[in-house]
Amino acid sequence: MAEVKILSQYCKGCGFCVKSCPKKVLEVTQEVNMLGYKYVSPIHVQDCIACKMCAVICPDAAVEIYLPTLSEEEKVS
Amino acid sequence: MSRPTSIKDCASGYCPGCLHGVAHRIIAEIVDELGISQDMVGVMPVGCASLSFSYWNFDSIHGAHGRAPAVATGVKRCAPDRVVFTYQGDGDLAAIGLAEIMHAANRGENFTAVFINNSIYGMTGGQMAPTTLEGMKTSTSPKGRDETTEGYPMNMCGILAQLDAPYYIARFALNSPQNVLKAKAGLKKAFMAQLEGKGFCFIELLTNCPTNWGLTSLKSLEWMEQNTMPAFPLGAFKDGGVRV
Amino acid sequence: MEKRFMKGNEAIAESAIRAGCRFFAGYPITPQNEIPEYMSRKMTEAGGVFVQGESEIASAYMVFGGASMGTRCMTSSSGLGICLKTEALSYMAGARLPAVVVNVSRGGPGLGTIQPSQQDYNLITNGPGCGGFSCMVYAPSTVQESVDLTCKAFDMAERDRNPVIVLTDGCLGAMMESVELPMPQTPGENLEWSLAKSDRQARIIKSFHLDPMDQEQFNENMADLYKSWDDNDVAVELYQMQDAEYVITAYGICGRIAKAAVEELRLGGVKAGLLRPITLVPFPRKQLAELNPQKVKKVLSVEMSIPGQMFIDVREALSAEIPLEFLGRSGGVVVEEEEIVSAVYKMKG
Repeated sequence: MAEVKILSQYCKGCGFCVKSCPKKVLEVTQEVNMLGYKYVSPIHVQDCIACKMCAVICPDAAVEIYLPTLSEEEKVS
Repeated sequence: MSRPTSIKDCASGYCPGCLHGVAHRIIAEIVDELGISQDMVGVMPVGCASLSFSYWNFDSIHGAHGRAPAVATGVKRCAPDRVVFTYQGDGDLAAIGLAEIMHAANRGENFTAVFINNSIYGMTGGQMAPTTLEGMKTSTSPKGRDETTEGYPMNMCGILAQLDAPYYIARFALNSPQNVLKAKAGLKKAFMAQLEGKGFCFIELLTNCPTNWGLTSLKSLEWMEQNTMPAFPLGAFKDGGVRV
Repeated sequence: MEKRFMKGNEAIAESAIRAGCRFFAGYPITPQNEIPEYMSRKMTEAGGVFVQGESEIASAYMVFGGASMGTRCMTSSSGLGICLKTEALSYMAGARLPAVVVNVSRGGPGLGTIQPSQQDYNLITNGPGCGGFSCMVYAPSTVQESVDLTCKAFDMAERDRNPVIVLTDGCLGAMMESVELPMPQTPGENLEWSLAKSDRQARIIKSFHLDPMDQEQFNENMADLYKSWDDNDVAVELYQMQDAEYVITAYGICGRIAKAAVEELRLGGVKAGLLRPITLVPFPRKQLAELNPQKVKKVLSVEMSIPGQMFIDVREALSAEIPLEFLGRSGGVVVEEEEIVSAVYKMKG
């Protein structure tokens, strides 16, 4: 399961990532950031397949996707 | 995938959903990937992208409206080891700066020209631009652009492709992740060409303007797909110096 | 020092290269064509770059780009072309970029004539462009002075990080004289402010401010700079002024012709003298104001411009007790020495 990191201080709630996510992981929340925009957060992060579509379309570079670093035994299995 | 280091740790000055932000991000990613931030000199326009002055994390010059290609000529000629790009909107490049872009292209100046085409003047409040579509309403074409008096949207890639000197001319759109990735590949190709001294490259990026199109961010992407992209077909116009 | 017999325009170009100018962009317009032509032959030899821009505007902005990189840059034009470059001059002043701009003046307004004139004085000395900035302006009167002042212009431009204008004319540009050329200098890179590569943070060259308070602060700093010019950088030639009763004020080619007139008047027993501004900005107000009404009977301002333009500055600076008269030719007509001599005799009564 990938890590979806939203840099909420930069997000402007444009919704491009929400629309682009094939797994509907993201949603524009009611939380407001310093700029006064409702920012996005990964509601269903467990469904994330790390396709990065959200990060690629984000106009504010506010989405970071990190693949899980598999521990040794997970690599074996 | 993380936020590129070639943009500063601050919010951009652009409106929500403005694809300028995507254009800036993919350029910054390319600079990070090629490891050339110390060599970069960005020549910025007068228009919305003037707001990039607090955003780029490499050297930039903010010249006059329409004159970026001339400024970039001076920069590249005086510092050939630097990686130089111009970044202009449609009013900046196709209206007041048409002579500058034509002649920089015709001289084959070895820099990368990035052209942001959203068919409108953004910063000044939504006036008609040379690339405004037929029938498109703007603050100076209130009844919609009338071809009989205001002409047709200018195909800058097609125009510049008639010149012999340019090496690579292509048009992309930033309306979807897939197209953004293609645009980034095209931009990277242009920057690599510059590094190899191949000469003038021109990358047109179709973008939006939610504020002045009077649409929400998401609706502006749809409008782009239904109106801008049919008027401006994507693809390469010149590649490897040869008209495609 | 190397001695050579050179044409004015070419001497300017050669002295620019020797002063370390390594980028020139220009556009054809009479009567300054020899400058870009010379640069197109010699600049690459000196390891520099010559570009013929598609317009005076583009050429000026190429200089803007080159100057941003810390390179010594120059552009030149005549009258109309300088008008086209005024936006760029304003941008350079606003972005604190050094550059040398040469105006080889011609008759005007409009297309006017290609013969020499001094009709661009107001445009050049009152801040050639929007926003109320100012440029130091040098007015050579001989080919040797053209060489010396062009060299000095590069140093002053870099010292102040502001464009400097060399105001000459078609006559000085076309005439040939023997000149002593300065030793070639190797240009610096202005690492402290320019975008030339060095181990530093990212820098921005820009002239806009989002906060008007910052713009105001900038304007105040510039005002101090301009004031310092008045205090330290005025250059004026006072020729036979010690006992002069009839003073001629004239600059550039007119100043030179007036000097000959002074000599002829002195032979005729008239105590004439010449006050010739070499820097038009900063203007020698003090020297004019110090003219003593008890000793100086009348002043004649001679200029190749109708209506007079420097005349206004002279009148403003001169004591009101000294009568001031004007002799002007214009549109490309070069004032004659005899005209000045007879004007002084007539003035003398």
